[in-house]
Amino acid sequence: MTSGTSDARMEKNLLVLLERTRDVYGYIPDHAVIGLADQLGVPVVDVYAAATFYRALPLKPMGKHIIKVCKSVPCYLKHNQPVIDAVERGLGIAPGQTSHDGLFSLELVNCIGACDKAPAMMIDDDVFGDLTPDKVTEILAGYR
Amino acid sequence: MPQKSLVLRNCGLIDPQDVDSYLARGGFEAMRRVQSGMTPAQVIEEVKRSGLRGRGGGGFPTGLKWEQTAQSPNERKYIICNASEGEVGAFKDRYILERDPFALIEGIAIAAYAVGAREAYIYLRSEYSHLAGLMANAIAQVKLKGLLDGGGQPLEIELRLGSGGYVCGEETAMMESLEGRRGEPRARPPFPPSQGLLGFPTAINNIETLMNIPWIIAKEADRFCEMGTPQSKGTKVFSVSGDVERPGVYELEMGSSLHELVHELALAGDVKMVQVGGASGRIVPADRMEVPLSYETVLGAGPVIVFDRGRDVVDIMYRTMQFFAEESCGKCAPCREGTQAMTETLARIADGRGVRNDLKALEQLSSAMMLMSSCGLGQAAPVPIMDSLQYFREEYDAHIRQ
Repeated sequence: MTSGTSDARMEKNLLVLLERTRDVYGYIPDHAVIGLADQLGVPVVDVYAAATFYRALPLKPMGKHIIKVCKSVPCYLKHNQPVIDAVERGLGIAPGQTSHDGLFSLELVNCIGACDKAPAMMIDDDVFGDLTPDKVTEILAGYR
Repeated sequence: MPQKSLVLRNCGLIDPQDVDSYLARGGFEAMRRVQSGMTPAQVIEEVKRSGLRGRGGGGFPTGLKWEQTAQSPNERKYIICNASEGEVGAFKDRYILERDPFALIEGIAIAAYAVGAREAYIYLRSEYSHLAGLMANAIAQVKLKGLLDGGGQPLEIELRLGSGGYVCGEETAMMESLEGRRGEPRARPPFPPSQGLLGFPTAINNIETLMNIPWIIAKEADRFCEMGTPQSKGTKVFSVSGDVERPGVYELEMGSSLHELVHELALAGDVKMVQVGGASGRIVPADRMEVPLSYETVLGAGPVIVFDRGRDVVDIMYRTMQFFAEESCGKCAPCREGTQAMTETLARIADGRGVRNDLKALEQLSSAMMLMSSCGLGQAAPVPIMDSLQYFREEYDAHIRQ
């Protein structure tokens, strides 16, 4: 995502183009990898190498909402396991999976910078803190 | 030493959505002082005189970094604001951005003037995407007021949202990422002040470092020097988490004790150890809590994680190393293989399947990684493991004897 003045150079910035692709499709489809390589005149492997490096550039379709539950030490100290269990139970999926209705993808991630309200998770761009299993159930219901 | 409000001077007192509230509290006074007759060299001299050092953990003298960038022979130069706070337990930059985006922009504008840059990037980590709108709005408001037009040298500030990855907080990895490639660190030298973004001289500074700049310029460096210790001037912002009653963000004068931060402010109870500086931070055992927080002793980027008596050190170290194994970019073998091997070893010990030789293996892996890794991630990852082996060896032994 860019704001302010968009530099002409950004038109050739692979990462910016990959992010735009993701914003259109929700992920980076194979045909886009090939198309971008073509457009920039670089080997396909260069595009693939960049895409696979970044967590926010998934190569397979994702759910409508992406849930990232923090598993780092500060959240672990605040008992994040029951919270992780509640999310898994609530969605019926394990980390790395997408629910059958295509509504949610679940990831366990490293520190999201919300340790003052641990245990914490993100749903899309929103941060939820001081989680309990009950609170998780309530939050998930709000997205259905 | 008391709590101080320098970096956090406006937090809670201005409306982060409204530049006028910042101006009403003396915002852009420093920029006006700069524009009403200070040369770039004079600005750099003032920052050098303040003794300000990088707040992202590295501690490099800010004025010197700017001077090197300013003196690099090239017309085009860049400022990058490192807003990729990814260290475990770190949330002070988030706290600052949420409450006072304007002082950061003023700091960036002064930095750009000092080094001769007309373009600046703010690299915001993807997990802080919820702050992108606020930041973009702040930049737009400052621009609309003509506050970036200064002296016929208008400044463009572009906000870039990262796509994930701890290593992108490393300055050369961040430049690779800004240029559109995998965020893998570059070999150094050349250092960014001579060859940085797109090969041009670049000064890259942490959010907190830049937040200090308007204060220093508006109030003069001498007042900044009065605070702190001989090698650590001013204040430091910490984010305290873990086993405390009041987790949160605290700003203290440099040289304040860890005890004051953790016990008096964050209200920790029966502490076993504290990790200062995030996943790669030093371990301070309970009997050393009087240690002053400074570059001379122990500091880091600001995260402070507190562990009480009941915590299992080996379990914590296993989880810490697992973080590094996941976040290693994989470019250099000592880090890629070392973090993996240490994670497996620590998991085995934590599980009660460890053997005596495992401790020796951890030590050998540590020295190889510290010596051979190409960037700070691999070099610093073994630090807490080695510290914990020094202070809590009997806990490792107990796991192995099981």
